[in-house]
Amino acid sequence: MSGTALMAANVFRESVRDKVLYNLVFFAVLLIVASYLIGQLTAGQDIKIIKDLGLAATSIFGLFIAVFIGIGLVSKEVERRSIYALLAKPIERHQIVIGKYVGVVLTLAVNLSVMAAALYLVLAYMRWVSPENVVRALEAPALDPAMLKAVGLIFVELAIITAIALFFSTFSTPILSATFTFGLFVAGQFSGDLRNFDQVVASPVAVYVARGLYWVLPNLAPFDIKAQVVHGQPVSAGYLALTTAYGVAYIAVLLTAAVLIFSRRDFK
Amino acid sequence: MRLTAVRPIAIGVVLIVVLMATAVEVQRVRDRSFPLRSIEDSSMYLTSPKTARRIALGYRAVAADVYWIRALQYFGGTRRMVDAGETITDPARRQYAALYPLLDLTTSLDPRFNLAYRFGAIFLAEPPPRGPGRPDLALALLAKGLAERPGHWEYMMDIGFVHYWWRQDFSAAGEWFQRASETPGAPWWMKSLAATTLAQGGDRQSARMMWEAIRQSAEIDWLRHEAERRLAQLKALDDIDALQAMVDRVAAATAQPVLEWTPVMRAAGWRGVPIDPTGTPYEIDERGRVRLSRSSPLWPLPADAPRIDQAPSRP
Repeated sequence: MSGTALMAANVFRESVRDKVLYNLVFFAVLLIVASYLIGQLTAGQDIKIIKDLGLAATSIFGLFIAVFIGIGLVSKEVERRSIYALLAKPIERHQIVIGKYVGVVLTLAVNLSVMAAALYLVLAYMRWVSPENVVRALEAPALDPAMLKAVGLIFVELAIITAIALFFSTFSTPILSATFTFGLFVAGQFSGDLRNFDQVVASPVAVYVARGLYWVLPNLAPFDIKAQVVHGQPVSAGYLALTTAYGVAYIAVLLTAAVLIFSRRDFK
Repeated sequence: MRLTAVRPIAIGVVLIVVLMATAVEVQRVRDRSFPLRSIEDSSMYLTSPKTARRIALGYRAVAADVYWIRALQYFGGTRRMVDAGETITDPARRQYAALYPLLDLTTSLDPRFNLAYRFGAIFLAEPPPRGPGRPDLALALLAKGLAERPGHWEYMMDIGFVHYWWRQDFSAAGEWFQRASETPGAPWWMKSLAATTLAQGGDRQSARMMWEAIRQSAEIDWLRHEAERRLAQLKALDDIDALQAMVDRVAAATAQPVLEWTPVMRAAGWRGVPIDPTGTPYEIDERGRVRLSRSSPLWPLPADAPRIDQAPSRP
């Protein structure tokens, strides 16, 4: 097994040991309780609301995993001084960074897969108990496979967040890394507004600055297709491919920068 | 630093630049293939001032600033689109429907936000298409401000202005100017403005006096420019009266309706068509009436603004 794979497996094992997968229990309980409560509160929109809630919870739970594991990847090793033992092993520094990143992404993949499966199970149950006229009135099928497109883009978005957290973790403290990562996550949701800044501001300088930020900051808004899939609107393969390609390129930028910083860092 | 140490950094930096350029290019291709939606800045996020106050916790003033900026962008952005001749497809946006709720939220979060009351009232009273044409809401906003600061003569003066300029209710305007003039701290000219309005309200001379007073006392450029625009509108009204008299004379002399400027120019010995204070030519309509061009920055003139028929409030 290569150094990178060893690191990845180790991070995954550690996250299991840290009870990260417990969030899956919370997720399942949330969906079951919500499906009961929503059934009492709404008229005919239960399945749609469960889809909204399930996809939003998938994204939020994943975000917390990505940020709170990501920010400690390197800084925790430094704090515990276990970095010295790690560096003494026959493993390259870039393998440490990439391996840790892959480990978190693997944790996220397992989490998201289980959450998606749980969501489909709850939806299957609700489809079974819903009257036929309610099911017929739905904009999209209860067990719409298109929801996997939304889950897929949530996964790529979380992979970017993890890369951001890891990047900050290579040179900053966990608290600052978390602050920066959440800050970029929020900014990334509004970067479309930066692109269209000329619609609200006349100053060419402000427009150029906003346009520059649009290209440099992570643009996370396109990864959010939850509303489209829930309403049964088509999301083309081209869109998915381009958005994913953007995500991969952006992750590559962040990982390269993280490797560069970590390789140059003096731990004496 | 040795060359061997510099090389990996240089390679890393080049790699980052190349990858970033790739990310930008992919994003550009996606934006081209799947265009971004325009900014939906009419969305309110919150509509209840009570909820907004609770959610803002200890940051009400900052939240009020954010809503004030959004109100400005909403009003200014819509007005820019109107001025640029763009088609506004959203009917709510065309009517500036979110403006009052945004201002209401701003002033609920920060009840002493002086500028939001005063400028907000000006924005709300502006007639369509350059504003919502809601003097009633302008008065409601100023009344809210006055309830918060009962001794604030500026709000009383602004209420008087709304009555005077947009509702043409000169007696209500005069009464509010009178009340403002009796409030401690009111400027000396307030008394004469009240007297003039009560005595001869509605004539252009008193309106000119009112806007001249604002122009001279305005501490903010925007308000000064607004007053200058109003003064230019009054000048345009004077021009139109004078030009109409000339057109009527030419029509009587030639016993033919005058539908263009050529016979008037010939009779008056003018070299060109008459222009308004912004340099836009005046027009003659199919009934031989002189009017301001719709393309003029001064359009619509106050006399063209719709009147509100509700009973005006008195101090």
